[in-house]
Amino acid sequence: MTAPATATATTTSGPGQPAGSLAVESTGLTKRFRRQVAVDGIDLAVPRGSVYGFLGPNGSGKTTTIRLLLGLIRPTAGSHSLLGQPMPQAAARVLPGVGALVEGPAFHPYLSGRANLLRLDAADRTAEPGTARRRVDAALDRVGLLAAAGKRYRAYSLGMRQRLALAAALLAPRELLILDEPTNGLDPQGTREVRALLTHLAAEGATILLSTHLLSEVEQICTHVGVMHLGRLVAQAPLAELRAGAVPRVRVETDRPEAAARVLRELGMSGVETATETATAPLGRLAPEKIVAELVRHDVPVRGFAVVAPDLEEMFVSLTGEGFDVSG
Amino acid sequence: MSVVEAPVVPVRRPSTRLLRSELWLIFGRRRNWAGLAILAVVPTIIAIAVKVSPPGGGGEGPNFFASITSNGLFVALAALTVELPLFLPLAVAAISADAIAGEANLGTLRYLLTVPVERVRMLAVKYTAIVIFALTATLLVAAVGALLGLALFGGGPVTTLSGTQLSFADGVLRLLGVCVYIACGLAALGAIGLFVSTLTEQPIGATVAILIVNVLSFVLDSIPQLSWLHPYLLTHYWMNYGDLLRDPVSWSGTGQGALVAGAYALVFWTAAWARFAGRDVTS
Ligand SMILES: Nc1ncnc2c1ncn2[C@@H]1O[C@H](COP(=O)(O)OP(=O)(O)OP(=O)(O)O)[C@@H](O)[C@H]1O
Ligand SMILES: [Mg+2]
Repeated sequence: MTAPATATATTTSGPGQPAGSLAVESTGLTKRFRRQVAVDGIDLAVPRGSVYGFLGPNGSGKTTTIRLLLGLIRPTAGSHSLLGQPMPQAAARVLPGVGALVEGPAFHPYLSGRANLLRLDAADRTAEPGTARRRVDAALDRVGLLAAAGKRYRAYSLGMRQRLALAAALLAPRELLILDEPTNGLDPQGTREVRALLTHLAAEGATILLSTHLLSEVEQICTHVGVMHLGRLVAQAPLAELRAGAVPRVRVETDRPEAAARVLRELGMSGVETATETATAPLGRLAPEKIVAELVRHDVPVRGFAVVAPDLEEMFVSLTGEGFDVSG
Repeated sequence: MSVVEAPVVPVRRPSTRLLRSELWLIFGRRRNWAGLAILAVVPTIIAIAVKVSPPGGGGEGPNFFASITSNGLFVALAALTVELPLFLPLAVAAISADAIAGEANLGTLRYLLTVPVERVRMLAVKYTAIVIFALTATLLVAAVGALLGLALFGGGPVTTLSGTQLSFADGVLRLLGVCVYIACGLAALGAIGLFVSTLTEQPIGATVAILIVNVLSFVLDSIPQLSWLHPYLLTHYWMNYGDLLRDPVSWSGTGQGALVAGAYALVFWTAAWARFAGRDVTS
C-alpha cells in the first residue's frame, strides 16, 4: 500500500467536539423483523473525527444497525442522522461522502476488480468521469490490489475480495466510513495495513465507524466504543473513559491460593476468586502494599503480586455475558 | 477550526454513465452473447432450409415462408414470427429478471444503493437498458435474416400482404416498423419482468415466472370461450405486426397493440416502483 493520492475530504473537526457535531446520531433506532427485534431503541452518538469501535456478539444487531444507518432498511421506530443531516431524506446529499462496507464484499463475479470499481464509480453522479480510471487505480493501490486489478472477481481469494470492498469504500473522498468487519479474512500483513490505513484516514479527519470482533484492533485504533448485546446498545463511551471506569484487581501468584484468599477476605475484600496458582480480587480502596504486608505476615508464599486493570475482552464479556450461543 | 463547516453539497450531474455501464454489463456478458447467438441462429436455419428445399405456395395467413424465395427480406419476417412466441420473450425475461433480483442475489444491490443510486433512478436505468436490449434483440434477428435472405434469394420490390408492390426501400422501412412494434410488446413484457424482479432475490425464479406470464397469456388468447378477456391480454396484439405489411397500412390493430403495451408498461413500472421504493434490502 502506498500513501493515499487523494486525501479524504477535509473536515474541521477533531476529537473533543461540541455536542452538535456528531457524525452519526440516532435516537431510539429500532428494527423489528417478523419474529424478533434485531435492533432495539439504540441511541448512537459517534463524534466527528472519532474512530468508533462497534462491538457485540454474533447476532447482536451490528450489521442490521449499519443497514439502518445507510438507509438500506427502514427503521420500525426511531430516527437518525449522518454528518448532521437527517436520513433518509438527505441520502442523496450525504451518502456520496460516506464510504461503506456492509456484511462483506459483493461484486459481479465475471468482471475484473477494476471493472467492478469503475461500475460503482459510474453509478456515482458526483464523481468526475474524466478521472475515474485514475481514482479507481489509486483506490486499488491503497489496498494493495493493483497487481490483481485485471483479474476476474470470481478468481479473487477471500482477502482479495475484502480488499476490493475496502477499495470501493475509498473510491471517493469520504467524511465518514462505515465499515462492517473490514479486516475479516485478511492476512496478518493485510490486517496491519488496513489498521494503518484507517489510522491514517482518521488523522486526515475522517470519522470511522467500525464493527469488529477483534478487540486488539479496537484497543489499537479506536477512540470510542459502543457495545451491542441482544439488539441493545449496552455501553457507549470514549475508550479511555471505559478503561478509567474499570475496576482494577489484585492478583497474587502463590502455590497456596486458598491461604492467600483467606487473607484477602480478612482484609475485607469481596469477590475473591482462586485458581490453581493465583488468587484475585477487586482492589477496592485498599493500598496494594498493605495487602502484600498482610500476606507476608500470614506466611503466604508470594511469588508475584500485581494490580491489573481488566482488559477489553473482560469488559466485553462482563457486558455481554459468558454464553457461547448466539442471541437468536 | 472551531466552527462547523457548512456541509459541502456535492454536485450531482445528469449522467449516462450508469446506463452505459448497465448496457456493458448486459452486452458484455457471455451468457447473453450465447442467448443472442441462439436468436441469430433461427433466421440462419430458415434461410438455409428454404434454400435447400423451397416450399410450395399456399398456406393460410401471413405465410412469410412462401414469399422468401421471391424476396430475401421475408427471411427476417419469418424468423421474427417463429421467435416471437418463445425465444424473444425468453431473452427479455432473462434480462429483466436480472435487473433487481440479479443484483440482490449477488449482493451488489446494497453497494449500488449506498453509492448512492436513488431507487427510482435505479429502476429507470434498469428499464431503459431492458428496452434497449429488447429492441436490439429484435433488430438482430431481423438484420441477420435480411442479410442472409438477400444474399441467398436477392432483393427487389416487395409484395405486400394486400398483393401490391412496394419499392425495396419501402419494404426495409416496413420491416423496421415491424421490429419497433415487436420491441414495444417485448418492452411491456420487460416492465412485467422488472416488477417480478423486485419481488425476489432469485433471478432464475424470476425468469421462469415472467415466462409463465408470457405463455399463460398466449394460452388464454387461444381459448375462444375467453374472447372477452382477449383484448386485455398483452400478447393478443403481438401478431398484428402483419398489419404493417398491408397496403395501405392498417393501423387499428397495431395502434391498439401499442396502447395495450403502453398500459402494461405503465402499470407494471409503477408496481415495480411501489414495491422497490420502500423495500428493505437485506441481501
Ligand atoms: N433479513 C432478516 N430477517 C430476519 N431476521 C434477521 C434479518 N437480518 C438479520 N436478522 C436477525 O437480526 C439479528 C441481528 O443480526 P445482525 O446481522 O445485525 O447481527 P450482527 O451483530 O451483525 O452479527 P455478526 O457479528 O454475526 O455479524 C440476528 O438475530 C438475525 O438473525
Ligand atoms: Mg454482521
